Amino acid sequence: MAKTYEEINAKIAEGEAVVLTAEEVSRMAEEASPGEIARKVDVVTTATFGAMCSSGCFINFGHPSPPIRMESITLNGVPVFGGVAAVDAYIGATEVSPEDPAYGGAHLIEALVRGEELLLRARGKGTDCYPRKSIDTWISERTVNEITMVNPRNAYQNYSAATNSTDRVLHTYMGSLLPRKGNVTYSTSGELSPLLNDPFLRTVGVGTRVFLAGAQGFVSWRGTQFNTTKPRAENGVPEGNAATLMLTGDAKEMSADFLRAAYFEKYGVTLYLGIGIPIPVLDEDMARFVSVRNRDIPVLVCDYGADGHPAIARTNYEALRSGRVTVEGKSVRTAPLSSLAKAREIAGLLKAQVASGAFPLAPPVQSLPERSSVSGLAIREKSR
Amino acid sequence: MKEKYILEYSSAVANDPVVYTLVRRFDIKVNILRAEISSGQEGSMLVELEGEDSRLAECRDYLASIDVRLSPLSSSLAVAEAECVHCGSCTGVCFSGCLTMGAPDWKLKVDREKCIACGLCVVACPFRLISLKFGE
Repeated sequence: MAKTYEEINAKIAEGEAVVLTAEEVSRMAEEASPGEIARKVDVVTTATFGAMCSSGCFINFGHPSPPIRMESITLNGVPVFGGVAAVDAYIGATEVSPEDPAYGGAHLIEALVRGEELLLRARGKGTDCYPRKSIDTWISERTVNEITMVNPRNAYQNYSAATNSTDRVLHTYMGSLLPRKGNVTYSTSGELSPLLNDPFLRTVGVGTRVFLAGAQGFVSWRGTQFNTTKPRAENGVPEGNAATLMLTGDAKEMSADFLRAAYFEKYGVTLYLGIGIPIPVLDEDMARFVSVRNRDIPVLVCDYGADGHPAIARTNYEALRSGRVTVEGKSVRTAPLSSLAKAREIAGLLKAQVASGAFPLAPPVQSLPERSSVSGLAIREKSR
Repeated sequence: MKEKYILEYSSAVANDPVVYTLVRRFDIKVNILRAEISSGQEGSMLVELEGEDSRLAECRDYLASIDVRLSPLSSSLAVAEAECVHCGSCTGVCFSGCLTMGAPDWKLKVDREKCIACGLCVVACPFRLISLKFGE
């Protein structure tokens, strides 16, 4: 029995829709068949709260008088990209301050979301239409025109876990990896993770409304490094880093409860982001997908101590959550890097928003690619 | 009674056999977990002291008399728990069982008695919410 988006939205409007979190539906699936779940459940909410380096915000400062064509720009000493028109810039989350490697773009974004003031310094060469050559002033969320978050790559589908076979501690974006495979870290919310609940992206595409750090944002495009070539388990879940999303939203509507600047030792600055996506249970196939359980999600464990980070073990989320997994015959402690507690909070909030009608569902305007692979970067001579 | 302490030595006593005195004179069981001499010849030592309450009190008086500061380890570890987002990064490097996370709520649990002042969590926390007073 298939359901349409219109039917689901009508049930939401009547206050009769059944909305569950992805964890709740996975528990329900221990007893209920996909057919029963498709009949009983209308929408399933998914969420994650983790480090997403490929994030940032466009900001429009407004024109001073006389105006300036800003060419070199810093905020609180952190360089921001000024190669976009006169008073627009892009704050990259991983940009760092030359004075303090632990402070960077993500901290600027968090400060803006918190309503704090930042010191803007900009220089330009001066032109006939933009005569000013420099400006020093204070800006905040209230003084600037737009702060539009545009994240090139978020919500990775099944990011691999990490370990380290070398004899020294490796400080990575997967946290501190202890020597001789002393630990395994992982960074996804498992059965609650958005793209693990819709492995073929039937309901998530361009135009899909998402919870983005407390605001309502949208999927604006496929994320960078979008990869559909990974082998899939029987349930459709890809093994290893696969699909990604480009997300857009209004940072002025975001909350620091779901967006936090972070610094990974000797790696650099990154942004922790809370993302939630409601998945409509359109039919039995979707019911099967949203019922995925931690034990059914294959995870590769990659060795960050070897070139290319090769996978050296295969496990699943149930094992990772148990606190120990086996890597090459050795029992190794595990630890998460993304917050399951926060992801649950987001999935719960989204459940209430969807049920109340505040978060309407719609089919994607355009599907994400069915075929897309990722290339490395060759070091080569110019083509003739 | 058994408890972990940090002993902070001034440069004047950094070369003295203080632990020997604790064992011989006060009958204290001393388990040295970590020790450091700083560049200024000051020393820090993480110890577990076990003994009768009265002997431990005498031991404290003795240490005070030779200018060795004694502070419970539990007061040297500070975790800004209100700001914690429960990502779990710190639990991946904490082998003493002080920082743990797991079912059902997956929120950070801090058991200060288990800290061994290794300091790995201080750099592992992506939000810089953990600090540890030990040595330099």
